[in-house]
Amino acid sequence: MTDVAGAPGADGAGTAPEPAAERRRSETLHFARRNPKLLIGAGIVLALLITGLIGPLFIDHDPNEYVGPQSQPPNGEYWLGTTSFGQDVWAQFVHGLRSTFLIGVFGGGVAFVVGTAVGFLAGYKGGWVDEVLNMITNVVLVLPALVVLIVAVAYLDARGVLVQGVFIGLTSWPWAARAVRAQTLSLATRDFVDLARLSGRRTWRIITAEVAPNMSSYLVMTFILLFGGSILIAAGLDFIGLGPTNGVSLGLMLENAVAWSALQLGLWWWFIPPGLGITVIVGSLYILNVGLDEVFNPKLREL
Amino acid sequence: MSETLLELEHVHKVYRTGAFGGGRKRAVRDVSLTVRAGEVVSLIGESGSGKSTLGKMVLGLSRPTEGRILVEGTDIATIRGFAARKEYYRRVQGVFQDPFSCFNPIFKADRVFEMVRGSYFPEVSDADWRDRVLSALGTVRLDPGNVLNKYPHQLSGGQLQRMLIARALLLDIRLLVADEIISMLDASTRIDVLNLLADLKERGLGILFVTHDLSLGNYVSDTSVILHKGAIAEMGPTTRVFDNPLHPYSRHLLSCVPQLHRTWAEVDAELAADPPEDVTLPTVADGDASAPLLEAEDGHFVGIDQS
Repeated sequence: MTDVAGAPGADGAGTAPEPAAERRRSETLHFARRNPKLLIGAGIVLALLITGLIGPLFIDHDPNEYVGPQSQPPNGEYWLGTTSFGQDVWAQFVHGLRSTFLIGVFGGGVAFVVGTAVGFLAGYKGGWVDEVLNMITNVVLVLPALVVLIVAVAYLDARGVLVQGVFIGLTSWPWAARAVRAQTLSLATRDFVDLARLSGRRTWRIITAEVAPNMSSYLVMTFILLFGGSILIAAGLDFIGLGPTNGVSLGLMLENAVAWSALQLGLWWWFIPPGLGITVIVGSLYILNVGLDEVFNPKLREL
Repeated sequence: MSETLLELEHVHKVYRTGAFGGGRKRAVRDVSLTVRAGEVVSLIGESGSGKSTLGKMVLGLSRPTEGRILVEGTDIATIRGFAARKEYYRRVQGVFQDPFSCFNPIFKADRVFEMVRGSYFPEVSDADWRDRVLSALGTVRLDPGNVLNKYPHQLSGGQLQRMLIARALLLDIRLLVADEIISMLDASTRIDVLNLLADLKERGLGILFVTHDLSLGNYVSDTSVILHKGAIAEMGPTTRVFDNPLHPYSRHLLSCVPQLHRTWAEVDAELAADPPEDVTLPTVADGDASAPLLEAEDGHFVGIDQS
């Protein structure tokens, strides 16, 4: 029990001791490989991501092109059937997956970076920094985000997925900032933060190396929620015709299906794949998050 | 007389309280004291008497509202910038009250040593550093095999507390702020740590020993400072303060120490039969935040009565 594998000196004089960072990484990997939640969640997300990345390479026509017979149920040629215009649903689905991931990563990423930066700084620094950042956060929080997005997006000529992502990111960070700030406030009063200051560490290193790792699963969850939120906001924008000007997204597919009464006409293959796609992506990210929590937090591991 | 390491001059700390910061709470009131090299000064007081706040201010973790804190002649409020502060912590270190909260729960406990190395000794070789860590652990009588490569929740409070002391020993410090470092230890290791403090004192360190335990203060310190509601109630050489307490609060505090051979009733009866002589305590006007001290006998001061 006390064979002190990692103790200084236990490696013997001959061999150079393994760097601490590498040891920690291999330990994390050890627990990650044995966590079914993490493996299942990551597996599904990766599978969908790969589908979105390489699926479009095998489709030689535009996803919005009218290629086949109308309103066909899934068959050998059109795997997910066709819409009432004769568009290939499978082609739309893989293209939609791609832009959905893109908007999620981009919108969620921008919101995550802004939100965590503001939250960490406000929570750790306190005082007037906190007051100012909190005021800005609250102002952005009470802005009617969708209205601002509609106005902003309507004024832009070129509407790509990236522009849409940036706008979504810049309006959806406040709650993340508040959540991170609240966590930081409670962590910053712990003695190990003071001890790190006594050990001559800079503020940004204390935030990134002491405070942030303690809420890593919380941060991942924040990103996942922002990711899912961006996808849903994007779908909302698509619905009112402010989506990417000539693209496909899962949201756009859903809204088209609703607009052309797929539900009433029984064209289930038109709305089930995009709806299921969004649900499965966000759902597996949640499962992934629970798994990550167990990997990162030694207290949740079975020892 | 040896050099003065730490000097507090009329230090106040006022906290804002209440929802809109309207309330004021004076946690530390007009405290002046000195710690010399090779001297242990005990700050004794009940919870909320401001002793830990004083420790934090000396460590630069919180700023005094009024007054100056001088360490080796420099006002620590003038230490600005990251590099200067880092140098300050090379000379002044602290050990905190709650060992469980001093360790980042998601990292292994020996990371506290690695942080000291990363900041102050990046040039020391692995083998050399290993020797230093092992010798520091030996000084606090920890078995390296039991504590290294473990997570904080796998170790006991006493082990963690001693690791923190070992961590402070890795640096060549001049002043140690020890905030309730004994309270988490069991009786058998207590004496080890107390003897360790005595060794450090021999090496010329100044130690500010914060405690609520009168007997520990008595055992280890040269000078005792009894704090009451943020102000100094009594200050002087330990033997004088304990043998001849002059302030009513110190008397009350000393009478509260349980004694093995006597019951409370006997102690009270004895006190009533032989009431100690009264001294005139300094007084302040209402609304005056100062807390003057009166020198009752040589080097033995009494403060205002706030009861």
